[in-house]
Amino acid sequence: MMSNPTGRLTQGQFSFLPDLTDAEITLQIEYGLKKGYAWAIEYTDDPHPRNTYWEMFGNPMFDLNDAAGVMMELKSCRDTFPAHYIRLVAFDSTRGVETIVMSFIVNRPPVEPGFGLVRQETNGRTIRYTIRGYEADRAEGERYRK
Amino acid sequence: MYNIPGSVTTPASGAAPVKAGAGVEQGDGTVQGDGVRTARTVAEVMAQSQAGDVLDELDRELVGLAPVKARIRDIAALLVIDRLRMNQGLQAQTPSLHMSFTGNPGTGKTTVALRMAQILHRLGYIRKGHLVAVTRDDLVGQYVGHTAPKTREVLKKAMGGVLFIDEAYYLYRPDNERDYGQEAIEILMQVMENNRDDLVVILAGYGDRMETFFQSNPGMRSRIAHHLEFPDFAEGELLRIAEMMLEQQNYRFGPGARETFQEYIAHRIRQPQFANARSVRNALDRARLRQASRLFAHPDKELTVDDLSTIESPDIRASRVFDLGAAATPNN
Repeated sequence: MMSNPTGRLTQGQFSFLPDLTDAEITLQIEYGLKKGYAWAIEYTDDPHPRNTYWEMFGNPMFDLNDAAGVMMELKSCRDTFPAHYIRLVAFDSTRGVETIVMSFIVNRPPVEPGFGLVRQETNGRTIRYTIRGYEADRAEGERYRK
Repeated sequence: MYNIPGSVTTPASGAAPVKAGAGVEQGDGTVQGDGVRTARTVAEVMAQSQAGDVLDELDRELVGLAPVKARIRDIAALLVIDRLRMNQGLQAQTPSLHMSFTGNPGTGKTTVALRMAQILHRLGYIRKGHLVAVTRDDLVGQYVGHTAPKTREVLKKAMGGVLFIDEAYYLYRPDNERDYGQEAIEILMQVMENNRDDLVVILAGYGDRMETFFQSNPGMRSRIAHHLEFPDFAEGELLRIAEMMLEQQNYRFGPGARETFQEYIAHRIRQPQFANARSVRNALDRARLRQASRLFAHPDKELTVDDLSTIESPDIRASRVFDLGAAATPNN
């Protein structure tokens, strides 16, 4: 975030790499399905380095056999939220694991202005720091548009 | 300023999935540059895909159904030739393979659908080769806004394989114009059109009802390329089916039992609610019950393998069908 001067959101896997193409996303999904993971799609327009709670787009997809189903759902999510962050998460339901094991961003808004540091002066010379997205001031649904 | 490659969207990303799809399809049949020759003959494609085995199995294990088998062979031939065309760099447009299976109960629609999934998978038309069998209840929701997610979920599960909709005519209820079935049909048609490479939809149902269904949904009819009609089984075919079923379960007919069963079929076929192979299976199940109680009646007798696996003529003769058949004869 702050150490990333382009303002590019870096959360989850592959976020320092160039954006994955649809073919590459399909391969990742196939890998997860082979491992028995359930894929889910999540989106947000209020990203924050510490915010891992994004909105769900539909239910997690259990019992899938092929990546085409996830890609179909991803397409409809992109159509609905073209200027939001969208990520794919894979849930491993193995007993004792029962958690998200993969997560990567598959859609980014056209512009990513990044995050600012808010300094709050308190008692004495103490300073508290807050990380705040530059777009967070605008209303929900209107952020990250050109 | 740092420049992270990919932070600017590349124009190539839109074209990528198409290229990848073609790559996958070619990948399982022809390994280029790995020393394996690209297939140039039908025999080579058949050998590489092992689709021939499934076709032979189909011939061997399914009795009768000549028109259905012929059509499946046609489809297999088209896919093989398409593969060869692709290897030569010719344009091979993926054919639409959505099908409708019509026929009376017990004529093998589900069985053939399962085989169809295997064949299409071997020939590289579908990627995974599983069969998802559903009925109206799995597609249509119970309240407003329930149907679309439910149908889509089923479709997603079927991607890469075959979606088999049994008794598809129930989807459309003409008597209730607010029925949610129509919504399911619309989503179904949309996915059938847009995701033609990803799944094959097979609609199954009884002939006359499916006809009404297609008449009220002309869009559905035009989206389905193959209408396969499943003929009723002849008496001789039913007998062969019975023998194969018994063999699979390690049973066999005792002396005279085969003739008795032949007689049984002749009676049963004329009675109402005759469900072809399914009736045969039920009759055999009941014969097994009677055989079990016959053996059960002699607790002290030592039972050999022969005793345990033989269905005797009286086991079949005890059926109610013979009484009904005898009672019906004077009337006719």
